[in-house]
Amino acid sequence: MPDSKYFSTTNRGELFELKQLLNSQSSRSKREALKQIIASMTIGKDVSSLFTDVLNCMQTVDLELKKLVYLYLISYAKTQPDLAILAVNTFVKDASDPNPLIRTLALRTMGCIQLTRISEYLCEPLRRALKDADPYVRKTAAICVAKLYEVDPALVSEYGFISTLKELVLDSSPMVVANAIAALGEIDESLPGTLELKPNLVSGLIQCLNDCSEWGQVFIIDAVASYMPSGTEEAESIIERLLPRLYHANAAVVLSSMKVIVKNLKYVKSAEFSRMIQKKLGAPLVTLVSAEPEVQYVALRNINLLVRKYPEILQNEFKAFFCKYNDPPYIKEEKLEILVRLANDDNAPKIISECKEYASEVDVGFVRSSVQAIGRIALKIESAANNSVETLLELVRTRVVYVVQESLVVMKDIMRKYPNEFEGAIPVLCENLEALDEPNARASLVWIIGEYADRIENVVELVESFLDNFRDESIQVQQQLLTCTIKVYLKCNGSCKSSLERILNDGMKNSDNADLRERAFFYSRLLQANKEMANSVVLARKPRIVSTHEDLDESLLNTLLDEMGSLASVFHRSPHVFLASSKPLPQVSIMEDEWNEENAQVLSHDILDLSLSDKPQLGDASEASNKTSVDELFESSSGTASTKKPKEQNNDLLSLIDDLFSPAQSSSSVDHGDDLQKRMKLLLPSSKARGLEISGAFSAEQGGIQYVLKLRNESNEIIGENAIQFNKNLLGLIPARSKLDVVRINPNESVVCKVDLRYVSSEKDSRKGLLFQMALKNDVCGVIYFGDKLDESNLNIFLESESTGKLTKQAFLQEWSKIGSSDEVVKQFNVPAGVSLPNYFIEKLYPLKVFHVASSPSGQSYFSARLVGEICVLLEFRWADKDSNVQLASRCNSAKELVKLFERLIEKALGK
Amino acid sequence: MVVSALYILDARGRVLISRNYRGDVPNDVINQVKQKVIEAEDDSSTKPIIHDEQRGYSLALIKVSDIFLVAVTRTNANAALMLSFLYRVVLVFREYFKDVEEESIRDNFVLIYELLDEMMDFGFPQSTESKVLQEYITQERHVLETPRPPIAVTNAVSWRSEGVKHQRNEVFLDVIEKVNLLVGANGNVLYSEILGQMKMKSFLSGMPELKLGLNDKLQFEASGRPGQRAVELEDIKFHQCVRLSRFEADRTISFIPPDGEFELMSYRLSTPIRPLIWVDAVIEFHPYRVDYTVNVRAQFKPKYTANSVKIYVPTPPDADTPFKSASGRVKYMPEKDVFVWSLKHLHGGQELVVRGYFGLPSIPSSENREQAVRRPISVEFEIPYFTVSGLQVRYLKIIEKSGYRALPWVRYITQNGDYQLRMA
Repeated sequence: MPDSKYFSTTNRGELFELKQLLNSQSSRSKREALKQIIASMTIGKDVSSLFTDVLNCMQTVDLELKKLVYLYLISYAKTQPDLAILAVNTFVKDASDPNPLIRTLALRTMGCIQLTRISEYLCEPLRRALKDADPYVRKTAAICVAKLYEVDPALVSEYGFISTLKELVLDSSPMVVANAIAALGEIDESLPGTLELKPNLVSGLIQCLNDCSEWGQVFIIDAVASYMPSGTEEAESIIERLLPRLYHANAAVVLSSMKVIVKNLKYVKSAEFSRMIQKKLGAPLVTLVSAEPEVQYVALRNINLLVRKYPEILQNEFKAFFCKYNDPPYIKEEKLEILVRLANDDNAPKIISECKEYASEVDVGFVRSSVQAIGRIALKIESAANNSVETLLELVRTRVVYVVQESLVVMKDIMRKYPNEFEGAIPVLCENLEALDEPNARASLVWIIGEYADRIENVVELVESFLDNFRDESIQVQQQLLTCTIKVYLKCNGSCKSSLERILNDGMKNSDNADLRERAFFYSRLLQANKEMANSVVLARKPRIVSTHEDLDESLLNTLLDEMGSLASVFHRSPHVFLASSKPLPQVSIMEDEWNEENAQVLSHDILDLSLSDKPQLGDASEASNKTSVDELFESSSGTASTKKPKEQNNDLLSLIDDLFSPAQSSSSVDHGDDLQKRMKLLLPSSKARGLEISGAFSAEQGGIQYVLKLRNESNEIIGENAIQFNKNLLGLIPARSKLDVVRINPNESVVCKVDLRYVSSEKDSRKGLLFQMALKNDVCGVIYFGDKLDESNLNIFLESESTGKLTKQAFLQEWSKIGSSDEVVKQFNVPAGVSLPNYFIEKLYPLKVFHVASSPSGQSYFSARLVGEICVLLEFRWADKDSNVQLASRCNSAKELVKLFERLIEKALGK
Repeated sequence: MVVSALYILDARGRVLISRNYRGDVPNDVINQVKQKVIEAEDDSSTKPIIHDEQRGYSLALIKVSDIFLVAVTRTNANAALMLSFLYRVVLVFREYFKDVEEESIRDNFVLIYELLDEMMDFGFPQSTESKVLQEYITQERHVLETPRPPIAVTNAVSWRSEGVKHQRNEVFLDVIEKVNLLVGANGNVLYSEILGQMKMKSFLSGMPELKLGLNDKLQFEASGRPGQRAVELEDIKFHQCVRLSRFEADRTISFIPPDGEFELMSYRLSTPIRPLIWVDAVIEFHPYRVDYTVNVRAQFKPKYTANSVKIYVPTPPDADTPFKSASGRVKYMPEKDVFVWSLKHLHGGQELVVRGYFGLPSIPSSENREQAVRRPISVEFEIPYFTVSGLQVRYLKIIEKSGYRALPWVRYITQNGDYQLRMA
């Protein structure tokens, strides 16, 4: 009889009846009762009151009954922790049952009950299970260690389970190996360094792949992905040995292998080898495109990333990305995007004609994307421009309203890239004037008319026809009309004069829109002042646009390629960005509590009382950002395209004033060293900070330390009155002035500003670890909390130079004994064979600003480093003769995390 | 890379069964799916992977008949793994109780709980081989003997248990090729591809060692015997039983098969192919009716025959009187705005025509009509004993230590995949 009968609702005395059944002697009735209970549980009824009765059924030889009881316990143990403890005895007993299935069941269930009190009893059975003779028990025990770690990490280290797991990595059963790797990988996320991959181990794991289940293969390959090869040879061997995995039927195996191969390609020196491998990657990728649509989607999102960096891999396979009529919309959009990225001189005509086909489909969204794709190909590939324009004109002639409108917007962009090449298209475009009802399309046509005013016969007539309904147009179109009319006036010897005067007046007096008003004022004064000047400003040559789509930042792309197959690769977002809310990154949530309690007062005081007389000092950054914000006064937000910024400042200013489609965002970034740009990381996405995206990095200039912030306004409001504050931190660094040098940030604009930092000893707090907690306040967002970290990439900034960083022998000894051995951290590592010590250390550590103090011939060497805030790190190396193993003892008068950071840096430097 | 919880939902998004593996997501997390996906007007437009910005969960979901399977995670999990695991869950369910739908899920909920526990532990996929699972997870109760975990679960050969016995030792191999084809309005082939599948049904005793030989070009080259009629397979995907390293080394396909039915391998060729079945339709609009002339031509050798040929021709949405035709079996399907022309057999080289017309309402909306009939024509067919790629099985060797003789049976068939011809 089907189980669904258990779902049918019974009478009110249900619970009582169940109780009776549970206490009956027959295991059959007990089973029936439990099924009923589980069914109730499944549909969300509360059956927790039966806990004791269910527990009584636990001791049974009936496996099915036992499984049901365990299932119940997993769900309700948390709500009844006091009673759950009663189950422990049976669990422990079952864990030593002669049947491995029952041993496993007990262990697995106990692990699932995440109660600290149960965990204590779990340890002993787990210890035995990890050494069990049956691999089925061992593979479950391996995962169980990860479960225990989640509840009580201390117990895991107390029982030495991590080292036991490491032994299991060498187990004879492939499934045990895979699970041990999975468990180690999981613990590694909270305790970095747990999953220690050594060359032999990696090699062994890859060997083991042949015998693993497909899921096990994924665990192992993902683990191998975190391994950094020692050099080109090892990288090549890893790649070669993973190639066969690309034949696997499971898409997850294929994508993970692809990830490892692409990652290791970076370390391969031989260009020929690299080319040969790349050739082999195309076919497996294309095959993924015929998987189930959901899996296909993940594959396409990954291919989308891959072709940005390695377009050659798939350039010849572009036809595989042609859309099928019944592909789901999300697949079609991805394929289209990939097609645009794969377009080159050879295949562009074919792709364009394919896009044209799509433009006659029914799905309006997809049709629009297809039209845009044609335009993007034209912008990307010069030789395809002609073909694209012809195709677009054909589409315009279809007179399908949305196709025409989208084509117009696209044509406008093409004309911005190739000025004066496609005038012939203008009459066709103008024919469709009446059909246009979208502001973006109307504005585009108006721009085209203005730009080519002197070549259009009936230009006055056209403009007038627009002007008749000037007030009914959207702001975007009004702004364009204003500019267009003045262009016509200037280009066609004063035609449209009366109309121009009329709308300038109208704009100045009657418009509620500040941008339009300002623009009208500006033009009107410009004309009054000097017509020549007006000519040179309005009709200045404009920069050519490059692309209408924003690309992923190079460093983000690399991060995502390292994460192939993962969610990050699907979202195209860095994992720590989209996980920020779920896994409380220290910067956000911890801080909010602490900050509010401890420093709320200081904060509100400091940030609210920013005196207005505190004039911004015109440093480099502020100058630049002021200038750019002037430029942008006249920019409209109508375009999203990005332009290349011309070199000449003057030209730049003029063109920016006129070019109403120029980007609101990219032109304003201040030039910095590449290095700084690269190090800048996203601290808070705009969704978390009420429309403000915050990125930043530490930098050192002119002897001082700065924090460089990049703020991007993604809200619709102008953000002003920005001020910053730091919480107490390890180094005692706080902003010299809390007010930022940024007057205001317009919507879609981003600004870069530097915050000078100074050392204040009372702000030092070593309990904060490596975190810098910060808060930003402004008139729109209120107070936003975020943070940055001291890490390998920026440590160097805080280190003192040799004159201060190198301690004298005496000072070293004094400090060394002052800190005491209790705070000493010891680590072992290897140095390459055959180097001469300690010279090798001196040479390798000098660039890290870790300086040699003294050495003794008996194999000891002492080094020191100093950080801002009177922090010093003292290091002692010990080694025996002709042994590549070195012991490093470190002492520091500050946080332990700092020592760990040094250790990592040093190990890296010495390993090479 | 871990799944926090797994849900099975009915068509309206209510939870049928859930298993919270890690206890780190609240149970109401699934309500969001309901809003985003199920209540969305067109479920095909929802992406299979969604992220809940506010709460930081990510969901992967698939739809199977009238139910949804959803995996939830809080980490940057392996998305490909999540989705392929969900598909595998469905496959295993199917082996246990055939149709996977709301009713069968309810009917087997105790079994499903057990399976979910066995197939995934703490969010890590474990054993998902249905044949092996069936050895120790069953609902038939002979309580006296408590099952033990089969050795296969943790073995290198995790898909087959020892001691399998069959009266007749037989193995059936079906080579199925699907043709994906897109013909442009101008008659040029825009895109063509062959997706091949080898489905095996093995009924062999013991632990047989199988070796499959194909007329694979690279295999010939590897063994130094070029010159024969060979096919260049572009990309091959194997069932996990095939030794991939061995294949990479010398292109030998060797394996110990699971018992019963499985897909041994799939392959793909994108060599240009001539459309096997050519269709073109002339559509003429008149004030009150639309005329159709549809031609079909079988462009393969006369010794082969295509069976169950169905040609779907788009019609205007407002066609009102059913299709009138002089010849042929034609059926109007207003719900899809197409008519289907069915042919039981179509011999190689044969050419057929069907003519007919629809009535149209007098108020014309010509743009819509023209647009509507511009959808591509699609064709369904099956050609037995024929592989369009020319792929052939040269041998299938079966070796078992008991030394029995086993019979291999091989069948070939070519079918349509996405086979579409755009209208002029």
